Order: sequence, then C-alpha cells, then structure tokens
Amino acid sequence: MLGLDKKDTTLLLVVIALAMFAPFLLNPFPSGSAMAQFNAGYPDLMQRFVIFGIFAIGFNILFGLTGYLSFGHAAFLGVGSYSAVWMFKLLSMNVVPAILLAMVIAGLFSVLIGFVSLRRSGIYFSILTLAFAQMSFNLAYSVLTPITNGETGLQLTLDDPRVLGQSATDQGGIPVTNFFGIEMRATHTLDVGAWSFDFNAGYYLCAIIMIFAFYISLRIFRSPFGLMLRAVKSNQQRLNYTGLNPKPYTLAAFIISGMYAGLAGGLMASMDPLAGAERMQWTASGEVVLMTILGGAGTLIGPVLGAGFIKYFENIFSKINDNVLHQWFAFLPDGMEDTLVFLVHPFVGKGWHLTLGILFMLVVTFLPGGLVEGGQRLSRLLRRGRKDEDAGPDPEHHPKETPHVAE
Amino acid sequence: MGILEVKGVNKRFGGLQALGDVNLSVAENTVHAIIGPNGAGKSTLLNCLVGKLIPDTGSVSFDGKSVLGRTPFEINQMGISRVFQTPEIFGDLTVFENMVIPAFARRDGSFRMHAFESVSNEKDICIKAEQMLVDVNMQDKIHMHAAALSRGDKRRLEMAMCLLQEPRLLLLDEPTAGMARADTNNTIDLLKEIKDSRDITICIIEHDMHVVFSLADRITVLAQGSPLVEDEPHNIRGNPKVREAYLGEAA
Amino acid sequence: MDAILLQILNGLDKGSAYALIALGLTLIFGTLGVVNFAHGALFMLGAFCSVTLSRLLTLSFETIDETKTDFLGNPMKVKTPYVEAWFGPETGAAIIDWAVPLSILFAIPIMISIGFAMERGLIKHFYKRPHADQILVTFGLAIVLQEIIKYFFGANPIPTPAPDVFKGSFDFGVLLGFDPNVIIYPYWRMVYFLFAMIIIGGVFAFLQFTTFGMVVRAGMADRETVGLLGIDIDKRFTMMFGLAAAVAGLAGVMYAPINSPNYHMGMDFLVLSFVVVVVGGMGSLPGAVLAGFLLGILESFASMTWVKSILPGIDQIIIYLVAIIILLTRPRGLMGRKGVMED
Repeated sequence: MLGLDKKDTTLLLVVIALAMFAPFLLNPFPSGSAMAQFNAGYPDLMQRFVIFGIFAIGFNILFGLTGYLSFGHAAFLGVGSYSAVWMFKLLSMNVVPAILLAMVIAGLFSVLIGFVSLRRSGIYFSILTLAFAQMSFNLAYSVLTPITNGETGLQLTLDDPRVLGQSATDQGGIPVTNFFGIEMRATHTLDVGAWSFDFNAGYYLCAIIMIFAFYISLRIFRSPFGLMLRAVKSNQQRLNYTGLNPKPYTLAAFIISGMYAGLAGGLMASMDPLAGAERMQWTASGEVVLMTILGGAGTLIGPVLGAGFIKYFENIFSKINDNVLHQWFAFLPDGMEDTLVFLVHPFVGKGWHLTLGILFMLVVTFLPGGLVEGGQRLSRLLRRGRKDEDAGPDPEHHPKETPHVAE
Repeated sequence: MGILEVKGVNKRFGGLQALGDVNLSVAENTVHAIIGPNGAGKSTLLNCLVGKLIPDTGSVSFDGKSVLGRTPFEINQMGISRVFQTPEIFGDLTVFENMVIPAFARRDGSFRMHAFESVSNEKDICIKAEQMLVDVNMQDKIHMHAAALSRGDKRRLEMAMCLLQEPRLLLLDEPTAGMARADTNNTIDLLKEIKDSRDITICIIEHDMHVVFSLADRITVLAQGSPLVEDEPHNIRGNPKVREAYLGEAA
Repeated sequence: MDAILLQILNGLDKGSAYALIALGLTLIFGTLGVVNFAHGALFMLGAFCSVTLSRLLTLSFETIDETKTDFLGNPMKVKTPYVEAWFGPETGAAIIDWAVPLSILFAIPIMISIGFAMERGLIKHFYKRPHADQILVTFGLAIVLQEIIKYFFGANPIPTPAPDVFKGSFDFGVLLGFDPNVIIYPYWRMVYFLFAMIIIGGVFAFLQFTTFGMVVRAGMADRETVGLLGIDIDKRFTMMFGLAAAVAGLAGVMYAPINSPNYHMGMDFLVLSFVVVVVGGMGSLPGAVLAGFLLGILESFASMTWVKSILPGIDQIIIYLVAIIILLTRPRGLMGRKGVMED
C-alpha cells in the first residue's frame, strides 16, 4: 500500500490507529476517579504529543540517519512559530497559510545554517549549530524586538490588519485560529458512562499532519536517499570513494528536518497563537535530542514514542505531589510510608527533570537504541522463554537476521 | 599514451621528500604493480591519484583529463575505484546495502534526490547487486551486517563494491596484506578472473612478491620516493638495483 | 582611551571565568578524548560550594535576650552563629565574612572527589564510544546535577557576598592620570582575575615541571605509545579529571560574589565555554586561555554604547559570530594542533 511493504504498512496503520483513537487511549480512567489525574486525553496535551512527535520525527531524519547531532534545532521551531503568528497578524486566522509559511521560512533558514554548519562534522558541527541557535535566541530577545516582540513574546492584537480576515470579531475580541472555518479550539466532549472523551479539532488537524509526516519519513527511510544518509553515518570516506558527494545528501537531510521543525513550530502557533524566544533556546533543542534518543534514534517509531513518553511524564509526573504519594503508600505502616514518600519525593513533581536526566543517562549507557531497542530485547527474551518451555533448546542454529532498518 | 599518466610529481611533508619526480605510465587493460620497500612513497602516490593528496608539482591525468584539484568523488566518477589497505566498507549496513550503494552511484551520478523511490523497487539495481555477490561467492552472506564479516570477506566485499561500478582503473592497496596463504591465492584467482573477463586496468601496490609476479604485466619499483626501474616482471626478478633497494633497507 | 581601558578591564573577569572553564574542558578533552557537557555543571557545583560553606558557617542557635524586646513586648530571640560562639564574636564574624575565600579549601577536596567519582563511575565507560554518545551522556549528567542542586537550594539565585574588604571599587583612572571615577574597577573582580592567573599558572607549571605532568602531556600527544611504555595512564587520567573538576569548581567558587549562583548557571556558561574551546583550538591549553580572555574582552567591547549604535545587537552575538568565523576559516582554532578531532 502506498509504496510500502507489508511490515511498513502495518506500522503506518498502527500509528494511524494510535493517533485517531488517542482521545480514548489516553483517557482510560473514568473522570472523577482517583486515577483520573493520569488521564492525558485533554486537547492541550494531546496536541503537544503530536506536535513534538513531528519535531522529533524530523530531527531523527538528520540525527538518526546521518549521525549529525544538531544542538540547534529549536531555532527552526521558533522561526516557524514567529512566521505563523505573523501570518495570523497580517493575513488571516486560517492556519493553512501560516503553517505553509512556517515551513518555507524554517526551510530557508535551515538552508543558510545547514550550508555553513555542514562544512564541519562531529563535535564541530554540534557546536556550530549550537552557536547559530544561541545567536538566533539572543537576537530574538534583543535587537529583533520589532519582529519578535522580545521578552513578552509575539501576540495577536486587535489592531492587526489581517487583510483577508477581520481585525476583531463582532464581539470585539481577537478572532481564533481556524481551518477553513473550523475553529482549532472547537472540542466535542463525548460522555460514555463515567468516562468522558474530548475530540478537539486542533488535535485532529495536528494528528493528520503527524501521520503524513510519519509517512514521509517512512518513505525516506526506505528510499535510496535514506540509504545514502545511513551510508554517510557509517563511512564517509567510502562514500566519497564510491563517487558520491556526501554534502548535498546531508544538506538535504538538514533542510528536511529543519522544515519538520518549522512545521511543528507553525502548528504550535496555530494551536495557541503566540511565540516566544524561549522556544529557540538551546535547552529546547536539547529536549528534542532527549526525545529522539530516548525513543530510539534511527528507528522509525522511536522519536514518536520518545516525544509522547517525555510529554506524558512531564505532565503527569509533575502533578504527583506528596499528598498523592501518601495516598499511594497508605497501605504501608506509617514509618515506611513516610520513608517511601521521602525517597520518592525528589523524583516527582518539580523533580521530574531529575528523573528524566537519570533515565536519559541510563538509556544512552545501556540502551543506545532507546525504548524501541528495549522493547525488542524484551520481546526476544519473552519469545525465547516461551520456546524453551515448549520445545526445549532449539537444536537448529538460527543465524541472527538483521532487518534492513529497525522499526 | 597510457590510460593513467603521472608526470614529474613531487610531494613534500615538511622536510621529508615523500615523492620526488615520479613519472609513471599505465597502459590500458594491463596490470601494473608498484612495489618498493617501506616508506618508498607507494601509498602517497596512490593518494595523489585519487584526490586525497594534491602533489606540490607535476601532473596526473586519467584518460587524457587531469585529476588534480578534483575531489575524490569526482575522480571516482571518472572511472577510478580504490580498494584500501584496511577494508573501507559501510559497517552498519548489510552486505546487500553495501552493494546497492555503488550501483546507485554508477547509475545516478554523485547526487540524486531519490527520496520517494523505494530501494526494493529498483529491480535493475538489486539484480545487479545480487549478481555481483554471486560472482564473488558471497551470496549466502547477503543479509549479514558488513561489520560482522571476516577480514577476508570484508576485503572481498570492498572489491565487489568497486567492481560493481565498472571502473576503468582499479587501484588496489596491498589487497592481500595480513591474509593467510589460501586467502591470498583466492584473491589472486579472483583478480586474474577480473582481469581476463573485463575491460579493466589494474594498478596494484603489493609487498607479497608471489602476488605481484602472478598478476603483473609490468612493474615499477619505487625507492625513496622515486621510480628506480620500470620493466616486465621477468626483468625485475634479479635486477641488481632492485635487490639493493630492498637489501639496503633491510641492512 | 579611557573607555577602551575600561572595557579591557571589564572583559577580564568574564574572560577569566571562560578561560578557567575552557582550561578544564581542554584538559579533559586533550587527555581523555572526552567531550564533557557536564563541565558547566562542575562550575555550578563549585559556586554552590561557596553557598554551602557560608550556610554552614552561619548555622546558629537561638538564645533569648532578656534585655531586648520585639515589637510585641516579648523577649527577643537572638541568633548566634556557632562559629561566633566558639571563636568569639569578632573572629567568628570575620570567618563568616570570609566564607567565599575559605570555600576554596572546602571546595578542593569536594570537587576532586566529584571528579574522581564521575570519571570512575561514568566517563570511563565512554572512552571508546563515539563523541555523540559522550555528549549525550554528559548532557544527561548535567541535567541530573543541576536538578539535584535545584532540589536542595531552590530555583532562585542566592546572593553570596565577597568579604567586606573587597567591597567597593578601585579607581584605576587616578593611577594612570585620568580623572577620578572614570576607570573604576570592583576589587573583587580584580581578585578574581588574579586568582584565575594563579590557577592557570599553577596548572601550566604542574604540567610543565612535574613528572606526572610530563606523562600527561605525552599522553595528550600520543596516548597509545605512552600506554605501551608500561605507564598506567588510566590512573593518571582519573587524576586529570579530578584536577579539571577542581579547576572548574574553583572558578565557580570565586565567581559566586560576581554572579549570585543559581542552578542553571552551569548550562549558561557551558555553551560559551565550548565556543571558547573551539576558538582556542580543541586540545590546546594555551589556546583555551587565550581565547577565553580574548572573547571576554571582545564581548565587553561589543557592549559599548557606540559599538551597539553602529551594529545593534552585536553584544549578544559577538562570541558566536567569532566562533563561526573561526571554525570556518581556521578549523583548528587559534592554537589547535594538527590531527585533533579533524574528520
């Protein structure tokens, strides 16, 4: 289907299903129950899942395939956000031109940065991208204030021209972002018994775009182009002596991933029409690195999982406070309860970043393939366990099969 | 006029004269061996041929066109392939993928943005890659990771990758270094077969005289950065100057 | 003229901090071949050594002073730091006043142990892994360290004053024949600069004149050969890591009065110090020091009003701009050696 083999089609269908049924999947607990705080099916968070998913998918095309570690990708996201907000200010509140402009501007920006940065490789490349991103961040904060509105961030106002739309609604408010009339904030809540599920227009727009973005990355991974990118990572010398020029390949990958970041930034602004410089800071670039590595760099589904994982726990973990912990451990004797709460306390709530940092270190050290590799190892272990039970040790020697690209 | 013409090439590294006035002419469809004691400048010469180093003076031309100032991939696209002393392959990729890459390079040139085709749909490329693996007798390892291959297999893979590009000139840098006798003989047989079955010029750097004398049509002896003798193999054997160059170094 | 002099002076203290951090980074990179993204965190830990010591010194017990009453008429509680009780009020107060310089003694063993622990526990396993992995794992470590500090000390900057003697400024202008109050320079910044020079000089002397330093320098040039000579280079490299951690830590200790320590100050300095290292040349110690001061001074020149009026925003980007130009035109940096990280 769609030029994919059977396995990839299944993968794509899984992603489609996950994205489409996310409002159900993420709200497994009845609202009002004690567990309801672990529900993640509210529009705001779901939008962030898929938007960061897009960001990480794009980053993975660069880092996962070519091995070039960029520490400045947030700059493209920020540029995308600013462009989109300007489109809302000047043209109309329709998200389509905003998103397109975000991608185009981020693409142009990445041509510039990529062309310069890719003249070096390894750590020098990382530092060049870092320097460019910090430069953009500092400029957005200071001299570029007329464009970026500095520290306050770029916001919509009632005086914006919006030539194809209206400056203010009839009620005198700022109009809301829409997709040809469908308001992004429109949410339909479905109540089934004790459960309640939110279907948000903005989320579905993001989800459909994310599926499309995933499909494109799938095609790139399986294409000769993707193969060349993996060859860049593996051995540039041999690539050169095979008559291939690594530069345009890596630059193309850089631009594609920059446009993905711009798309994510544009969507972010479409969901909530404001843009601030902090989106461009290098720690924001670090976040997408974390997502990609945690999920599994160089794998297809990994970045999406990583983005979902980090955004989910960021929201949920940070909600766990001491009261919640006391509830959890209430069945224990008092002394033990207090000790446990005391021990767990630094890792939850505001300490979520500590947990993330530790987790990330463990993954880099022991699971270079991220969560995806972890899953694969686990399933291999389970399968072997089952086989041992069924038929005893397998007498035949099975050479380990290596897939073209890990899922 | 040979297919490869090296004229008056000099290369210095600081105070060291690595190559001094090297002239070399390799005739088309022959096997030309370059031998010489350690430090004679064999590898430096090879690096000058493929664009890794640029000579200080002199000219290098391939098929009438100068290669100087061109990047390695451009030189490769002109028809020169190189096998390295330690195999340079794509270790993270499978043997099959290793083979597919040169096939694409041969067909599409140094860059093509084929991001929406699928490798498995490029039937002609896949068939070509598989066929070449059969030719070098590696078809059973087609799905292995290249990094997991034995050293001999890695070298065979590298050679197969180079051959897949149908180069007009194949440069071999000590293709049997560190190999067992049996493997060496296999490599000699493979190279003989390549030489007989294709329109190809081979330029080989080698220490193992057994390999050199089984293959070469012509031999250049390099000593201290300059060509000492160039002649047919049977004249090189027993040439007193050559003996001195080697023994002088040994003593 | 006076303005130029003033900017050079202003650049010195920031330049000193850059140079010290970059020196440590280069020591680690040059000897161990490890790209340490947690180095900024070590600087931050050093600054918090100051904070910790001044908190320890001001630990107090409460007594009720019957002679005074608070505004409700109750007897007032008076806090007396233990040190004042032990050493007498005057000596005690002096000790508290000198908390930051005293932290140097306190920080050295702590930072060296942290360095040892980091190298043995984590970095050791990453010598043979790609640089990208080293960057990633130390980046993770940096996050962990700063979150731990945030957990104990909170997110707000903690003012940590210098001793009273060093408060106020020195009027350089008068010394050089300018009008008073034209070129004034805070005493503590002068102290910081001198301190940095001593540390830098110490590190260079250590590497130059001790056998240990000789082996390490040999190891920086050619690790394998030194290993072949039967020298246990690994043990020495662990010690180098400790030394580098101590240098970064001391830079942080003394920086505390200049910039109130907060948990993310390490990250802020990290990016800049990497830029410094790259400009100086990966693996070159003199390069790191030179580039540190150079960039510090350039930065303060760029923030002069008339410069900013010609090139708005230049003060924000000058360092990065210089780094980009250097990386593209002189890939080895100002003083980098051939063959270090060239690919």
